[in-house]
Amino acid sequence: MFDVLIIGGGVIGSAIARELGRYRLKVGVLEKNTDVCYETSGRNTGVCHGGFAYDRGSLKAKLCVEGNRIMGEVARELDFPLKRCGKVLVGNTQEEYDRLQEVIAQGEANGATGLRMITEEELKAMIPGVKGSFAMLSENSGILDPFLMTIALAENAVHNGAEYFLEHEVTAISREDDTYVVTAGGETFRTRWVINSAGLGCGKISDMLGIKGYKLIYSKDDYIILDDRLGRDLPMPIYTVPSNTYMGIHVTPTTDGNVLLGPTAEDTDNNSWYGVEQKNLDYLYEEAMKLWPNFTRGDYIRTYCGILPKWVDDEGRIQDYKIEILDDIAPNAVNLVGMESPGLTASVAIARYVIDMMQEREKFEENPDFDPIRKGIERFSRLDEETQARLVEENPDYGELICRCQKVTKAELLQAIHNPLGVHTVTGVKYRTRAMMGRCQGGYCQMRITRMLEEELGIAPEEITYAREGSRMFFGKVREV
Amino acid sequence: MSEQNKNTVDVLIVGGGPAGLAAAVRLYELGIRDILVVERENEPGGILRQCIHDGFGVTRFGESLSGPEYAARFIRQVREYGIRVMTGAAVTNITPEREVTVVAREGLTVWQAKAVVLAMGCRERTRGALAIPGERPTGVFTAGVAQAYINLYNRMPAREVVILGSGDIGMIMARRLTLEGAHVKAVYEVQPYPSGLPRNIQQCLNDFDIPLYLSHTVTQIHGDRCLEGVTVSQVDERMSPIAGTEEYISCDTLILSVGLIPENELSLDAGVQLDPRTRGAYVDEHLQTSVPGIFAAGNVLRVHDLVDFVSMEAEALADAVHKYLAAGDLPEGKVKLTAGAGVHHTVPQWAEGKEPFTVSLRVVRPMDNVWVCAKQGGHIVGQKKMKKALPAEMIQLKVNPLTGTEDVEVYVQ
Repeated sequence: MFDVLIIGGGVIGSAIARELGRYRLKVGVLEKNTDVCYETSGRNTGVCHGGFAYDRGSLKAKLCVEGNRIMGEVARELDFPLKRCGKVLVGNTQEEYDRLQEVIAQGEANGATGLRMITEEELKAMIPGVKGSFAMLSENSGILDPFLMTIALAENAVHNGAEYFLEHEVTAISREDDTYVVTAGGETFRTRWVINSAGLGCGKISDMLGIKGYKLIYSKDDYIILDDRLGRDLPMPIYTVPSNTYMGIHVTPTTDGNVLLGPTAEDTDNNSWYGVEQKNLDYLYEEAMKLWPNFTRGDYIRTYCGILPKWVDDEGRIQDYKIEILDDIAPNAVNLVGMESPGLTASVAIARYVIDMMQEREKFEENPDFDPIRKGIERFSRLDEETQARLVEENPDYGELICRCQKVTKAELLQAIHNPLGVHTVTGVKYRTRAMMGRCQGGYCQMRITRMLEEELGIAPEEITYAREGSRMFFGKVREV
Repeated sequence: MSEQNKNTVDVLIVGGGPAGLAAAVRLYELGIRDILVVERENEPGGILRQCIHDGFGVTRFGESLSGPEYAARFIRQVREYGIRVMTGAAVTNITPEREVTVVAREGLTVWQAKAVVLAMGCRERTRGALAIPGERPTGVFTAGVAQAYINLYNRMPAREVVILGSGDIGMIMARRLTLEGAHVKAVYEVQPYPSGLPRNIQQCLNDFDIPLYLSHTVTQIHGDRCLEGVTVSQVDERMSPIAGTEEYISCDTLILSVGLIPENELSLDAGVQLDPRTRGAYVDEHLQTSVPGIFAAGNVLRVHDLVDFVSMEAEALADAVHKYLAAGDLPEGKVKLTAGAGVHHTVPQWAEGKEPFTVSLRVVRPMDNVWVCAKQGGHIVGQKKMKKALPAEMIQLKVNPLTGTEDVEVYVQ
């Protein structure tokens, strides 16, 4: 019997699991995928938003501003990359200038700070090659690693006693004798509280809880990733002038120096098709060129697609986050609907908001043993040579560079293979170490990594899973020797 | 790194593949003793280790060898001469002052070299670089990765195969996969002519009844977990897909043989300037880069057609390094070589031009009965007649000593 079962181990589910670790509760997380960052939590731009581009007084605004405020502390405690590099919204017309003024006023009403207009001269001194006649600067915006943030939250949750059940898709929920009975991955779980943080699946889970009627659309975002040499010349994200529901195409550096072009934002009914489309790739190229023409198609290293769940009204207008406990329909169930951007920034603030709502109904006992600290895998490539030399001396596995372009060592890969969540996929290793994420896309290292997975986990070649369940890589051996 | 932990060496060679090994052997034969070859793999040989087919060495040794046999000839000499080879060792940085950081299980070491030889080879263009639309299922491999899985790792990645690109490795993998029981449905090439060598079209495709479709490309990848199929389209003369020509082909594997890119990340760290055409360093006829004392040869300089020429280029490099070590520097190449009509690139791009030298080049499209010429001012400084000039083949042109500093234009007529 669980005290709390969280459906969905993305960044919000994992933030809730982590924050619940502050109380004496038995917490479980049901995740349908093979890892915690395969959907919206991993497939985004990795921006820590300032909170200015949301309606005054909305939950999105409030939780984003709060999430941004506490992000530094969260990143320090959980050891994931965050760079508070600022960001600019560039414009050219009087209309855009006026809109940016409105955005600043709105942001300030929302509690965001560090917002101001800058001149073309200031803009171009900050970002070489940027196009635009003026800009709004948001000093507190930043970039973070969305994979590692989600993984870090989940690992810290596990460290404080939460249990993760990967490849456990929820298929039924019923209520018996004041408890919920949840069927997932063919198993039955009993719990006093249930939390719907299913992201793209929020509508389905909401229905299962008996909370009907939410209308959702999905916004499909295609992106292009550029080589990590380009990020050296891009100190901060460049956005266009946003509306309150669409940020526009932007050019964003990642914490590892790659540059992202995107997103396209197209409405779709399909919440599981992640194919990028040629027309979108062409469009991204053209639009990004208008902002920052410092790249060529030869700098592409990969494309990807993410999908955001958006709650809309009958006219199709995008609504605020819905975070609710309906005591008469589904008591002890927290229902989170339409958790789209800025969910990554807001995740820990959302978690605390959710727990406050729960505590209005039940006071939880504090856990004096809660440990907020999680240590990630040390990135060899980021250390100075003195430290590198010392590490190799202590552990020769640090002297074996398996991924050449990202300079990932065997020691890091071993830690990633034996990760606290028990993720056993190739992409699990990738997101935890950056191996295979460089310009050769695993051309040099993937053979070594799949062999390490086989050896370390004692599995057969045909059992190697790339990412999602069933994504096998090999048919077996060429021949028995 | 503190100064006392720094080692010194006359020549540090980055990469123990065909270029690095050939340079090491020749340097030794010229009397240089203080040589260090740094190789990231646990054995030297480079990409040749996985090239178990034959056809290597016809030019260099006058006989047809497999890749491992070809490499073994150099490795044997390296061992006989007692040249130091650090294996399982990765170079993580090179400075313009030729300070080289090496990481290995044995420790992190820093080397001050009098000369550095860049011999890192190349990498393959990937699906991501091409940005082929669709999801990202498994079953999409570059030809070299598929080759490594089959020949070195004993892993079978394929059953029903489509190959995109008629590069040599792609065609060799078409044959290899067929021999291992996979069904290779076809090879598609976006250009109107094959990009690999004629002998591979015959021996790897025609002999196995594998069709080659020119002016075709893959325009969509299907499948979310594992590859289920690809859409193939015809392209027009500008290589844009023609609407209405799409055809769905079911397959579990897509092999990409769509080009090689010289691996110059370390070169950039060292401040070496790259030619956007070759994606390798700008060099003069001594194969010296824009950074004095740093030389480059083999596929890191530009992608070669045959390994024999890689070795021979590295041997020429060794001669230059020998001169550089003896004199302390080499005269700067001040004459610029430009790629004119019909020529994609030249190596070298600069020349001192005091002595005769050889320019190697590739043409932009197949041509019959042409003159390949080099002209300085109004004077022809080198020319040769060719019955057939193919982009797949490197062309060598002898150039006479130059006078003055005017550009030399290399063109096809």
